[in-house]
Amino acid sequence: MSKNVSAVKDFTKGLWEQNAVFKQVLGMCPTLAVTVSAINGIAMALATTFVLVFSSMIISLIRKLIPTQVRIASYILIIATFVTIVDLVMKALFPELSKALGPYIPLIVVNCLILGRQEAFSSKNGVFRSVLDALGMGAGFLLALFMLGGVREILGSRTLLGFQVLPNLYEPWLVMILPAGAFLTLGLLMAYFNNREINKKTKQREAILQKHLSSKQSPAVEGGEA
Amino acid sequence: MELFLIFLSAAIVNNFVLAYFLGICPFIGVSSKLSSAVSMGMATTFVMTITSIVTWLIYHMILIPFNLEFLQYVSFILVIASLVQFVEMFIKKVSQPLYRALGIFLPLITTNCAILGLALFIILREYTFIEGIFYGLGAGAGFTLAISIMAGIREELDLADVPKPFQGAAITLIVAGILALAFMGFSGMISV
Repeated sequence: MSKNVSAVKDFTKGLWEQNAVFKQVLGMCPTLAVTVSAINGIAMALATTFVLVFSSMIISLIRKLIPTQVRIASYILIIATFVTIVDLVMKALFPELSKALGPYIPLIVVNCLILGRQEAFSSKNGVFRSVLDALGMGAGFLLALFMLGGVREILGSRTLLGFQVLPNLYEPWLVMILPAGAFLTLGLLMAYFNNREINKKTKQREAILQKHLSSKQSPAVEGGEA
Repeated sequence: MELFLIFLSAAIVNNFVLAYFLGICPFIGVSSKLSSAVSMGMATTFVMTITSIVTWLIYHMILIPFNLEFLQYVSFILVIASLVQFVEMFIKKVSQPLYRALGIFLPLITTNCAILGLALFIILREYTFIEGIFYGLGAGAGFTLAISIMAGIREELDLADVPKPFQGAAITLIVAGILALAFMGFSGMISV
C-alpha cells in the first residue's frame, strides 16, 4: 500500500509542488522562447517530455554501470541521442511545427530540467519510479507552457489554439508576442502563484492560532458556567 | 564592415539573452552581484568564441564530407563539454584567483543554451569561418552586457521595497522584461 502511495507521489509532485517552471525556475529558455502561442508550447512540452521519459528510463537502467566521474557527459550523450530522434521525427511528420520551433528543438539537449532530473532522481532510483517522475515533471512542464502560451496568445493575437476568443473590438497587445511579453507574463504569473501561496499560509496560521485560542478559552468558559 | 555589422547585430540588436532567450539560467542565477556577473560574462564569451571556431571546423571538415550531419547535436555538445573542462583546467593552472572567482560557474557553462544555440545558429545561417568567429564574439559581448546590466539593477533592487509576492524570481523576470523592451529600441537598426 505504502509503495502505491509513493508511486503516486512520484508522479504528482512534478505537477505542481515541484513544478519545473514556477517553483524550480528550470528550463527557462524554451519556456520563454516558444510560448508565442499555446500550440507551440504544447508541442515543445511534449517533445521535452518524450526526451525526459526515455532518457530517465535508459539512465535509471544503466545507472550502476556509469562511473561517477563521467556521469554528466554520459547523461548529455544519451539526452542528445533522443533529441536527435525527436528532431528528425518532427521534421518528417510536422514540418511546419518544426520550423516554428526552429533551433529550440535541438536546444532541448541543454534544458537544465532534463539534466537536473537525471542527476537528482534517475541516477538514484529504479526504472519504474524514474519514469513516473519524468512523466510527472513533463506534465507539470506542459501545464506551465500551456498557461504561458495561452495567456500570451489570447492577449497578443486574440486567439487560443487558433480559435478566436476575444472580439475584434479588442486591440491585440503587440508586446505580448514580443520577447518582452514573455518575461513580463511569466513574472506576473509567478507573482500571482506566490501571492496565493502566501495567502494560504497566513490563513493556515490564523486557523491554528484560532484553534489554540479557543481551546484556551473554552475551559474558562466552562468554568464560568459551572 | 560586414564583420562589424555581424558583431553589432549579435551583441545589441539580436541580443542572445533578451531577444532569443538563450542563456536565461545563468542570466537569472548569477546576476545578483556585479563582479561575479562580469566574470561569468567573460568566461562565457571566451568559451563562445572558441566554440564557434571548433564547431565550424568540425561541421565543415568532418560531418559534411562524411555525410554525418545527423550527429550534429551529439558531437557539438561533446565538444562544448570538453572545451569547458579544458578551459577550467587552463584557468586553474594560469590564474588561481580567477579560478576561485569563477568557481561553480565554469562547469555551468556547459548547460548554458547560449553556447549550443550559437553553434546551431552559425550552421543555420551559413556563416563563413571568419563571420562565425565575429558572431561568437558578438554574442558573448551581448551576453556580458545583458548580465552586467541586470546585475547592476539587481544590486539596486536589494535596497528597494519589493512587494512580497514579487520577491525572488518574479521581480527578476519583470526587470528582464523591461530590459527587453528597452533593447527593442535597437530592432531594425541592422538586418543581418
